[in-house]
Amino acid sequence: MENQMKIAAKGAMASRKRENLHFSINRSNISKRVRRNNFYRVLFSLSTVFAIGMLMILLYQVWIDSVGWLTPGFLTRNLSIFPEKAGIHGAILGTVYLMLVVIPVTILLGVATAIYLEEYATKGRIAAFIRTNITNLASVPSVIFGLLGLAVFGRLLGLGSSILAGGLTLSLLVLPIVVVAAQEALRAVPGFLREGSYAMGASKWTTIWRVVLPVALPGVLTGGILAVSRAIGETAPLVVLGIPTLIMRIPKSLGDDFTALPIQIYYWTLDTVLTREYANLAAATIVVLLIVLFMMNSVAIVIRNKYQRRF
Amino acid sequence: MTNEMKDTGIVYDVKGLDLWYGQDQALKNINMQIYKNQVTAVIGPSGCGKSTFVKTLNRMVENIPIVKIGGEILYHGENIFDKSVMVEELRTKVGMVFQKPNPFPKSIYENVLYGPKIHGIRDKKVHMEILETSLKAAALWDEVKDRLDDNAYGLSGGQQQRLCIARALAVQPEVILMDEPTSALDPIATQKIEDLINQLKEDYSIIIVTHSMQQAGRISDKTAFFLMGELIEYDDTSKIFSNPAKKQTEDYITGRFG
Repeated sequence: MENQMKIAAKGAMASRKRENLHFSINRSNISKRVRRNNFYRVLFSLSTVFAIGMLMILLYQVWIDSVGWLTPGFLTRNLSIFPEKAGIHGAILGTVYLMLVVIPVTILLGVATAIYLEEYATKGRIAAFIRTNITNLASVPSVIFGLLGLAVFGRLLGLGSSILAGGLTLSLLVLPIVVVAAQEALRAVPGFLREGSYAMGASKWTTIWRVVLPVALPGVLTGGILAVSRAIGETAPLVVLGIPTLIMRIPKSLGDDFTALPIQIYYWTLDTVLTREYANLAAATIVVLLIVLFMMNSVAIVIRNKYQRRF
Repeated sequence: MTNEMKDTGIVYDVKGLDLWYGQDQALKNINMQIYKNQVTAVIGPSGCGKSTFVKTLNRMVENIPIVKIGGEILYHGENIFDKSVMVEELRTKVGMVFQKPNPFPKSIYENVLYGPKIHGIRDKKVHMEILETSLKAAALWDEVKDRLDDNAYGLSGGQQQRLCIARALAVQPEVILMDEPTSALDPIATQKIEDLINQLKEDYSIIIVTHSMQQAGRISDKTAFFLMGELIEYDDTSKIFSNPAKKQTEDYITGRFG
């Protein structure tokens, strides 16, 4: 067998002598191709500069407006009709409470859905249809989810404009993101690990719980955190739900009315025409919100880097 | 598997086994008996169905959704395709080692004890016993006893494969299926696995798929030659390699194809 292969290999070598090649490299145009490469490099770097530049201008303006207003007192005081006495204590707490609803609901529902779709559902047409539509749901405008939340949670279940209603609405909004991220994380778990588990007599669930989920967890968490940080910044669904801004009381339970950081920004910006200083309050709130989002995204990146594939 | 083991010396009795991947028939009317405490080698060119055959013995092949199976495989007299048979239970008796070492991304300790833990053994003392016995049986104990908590992916390829063997041994199977277990390993690691197989057949029945005829010759008692989904010849290894009955077998063994 080996001898035959050697003979065959020799034959192939002999027929590929240099003079038998039927093409020649065109070297005359090389400087033109190098110039074209430079053109594209400059073009693409300009696009990057534009995007980052715009972002920088935005951040700079917000920062300038917020200087002097973003004090420790701003974080601990509640709303007031006097701008210099107003704070966002209630809005911060509202956002925290919202997250207490959104995080468990989206992670549990999202991961369970992804496990079903990836591990249990047969790979037929119906499953493919559901998969496609979950991806589509992720691109439905958030105001539409607000209307859904208003109809189902606000009116039908009588939750009104409570934290629970807002949290469930935001959960629905970001659920597709979590599902898609979790699906991708599950799909990235190599088949040979599953096989190793099945071959030991493990059931499907045992395999998912002990082998697949631990390997997929960093991906699931990263997706989850990014989804939650999207939920934190959402305004439209809460506006539709009728979340008021003039809440003087601090919410104490999930059934209470509340206000949240993006809502606060929205109403203060609207009322800038009445009171000039509201623009500064809004800017200071934006800075707080951005810092929170930045920290959450950093955590997601750290998790992703720490648990990078080892096999 | 509820029957007490009838010690007829026959572990598997394969009767008229057919297997299709969708429209393509991968196994055609396979009939063979596999014996206890022997190493049975399955050889044949790529795509001949040898891997498929071995994966049918513990029903792993059914993880591919389009597979259809006909015929019977009796394991100690009981048809493994019977509705009353739970694949999970079958696989605790029939362990498997794969082509590419596939330890879990966990510690060496957790890898070996994966099987015992999922099958309900919680006693820490028993855990340590199983750990030591399995790793010793897989000839890995001396190399890893000081780093049982290290991740399995820190081991070399050959060590990983022996860890996978230890992992399979930890649930005390009767049969070990090996699907080209040395094809991803260097000659020295291969040698170690082959020595190990020779020791293991004292206690286990081993069915090994191999691409290397030299390997089949070195380690097996019986050899089955597959070609295009058919079992062409099945006999003592010495007979197959010295005096094959079929021309196709002779052609394959002497290297005229494959």
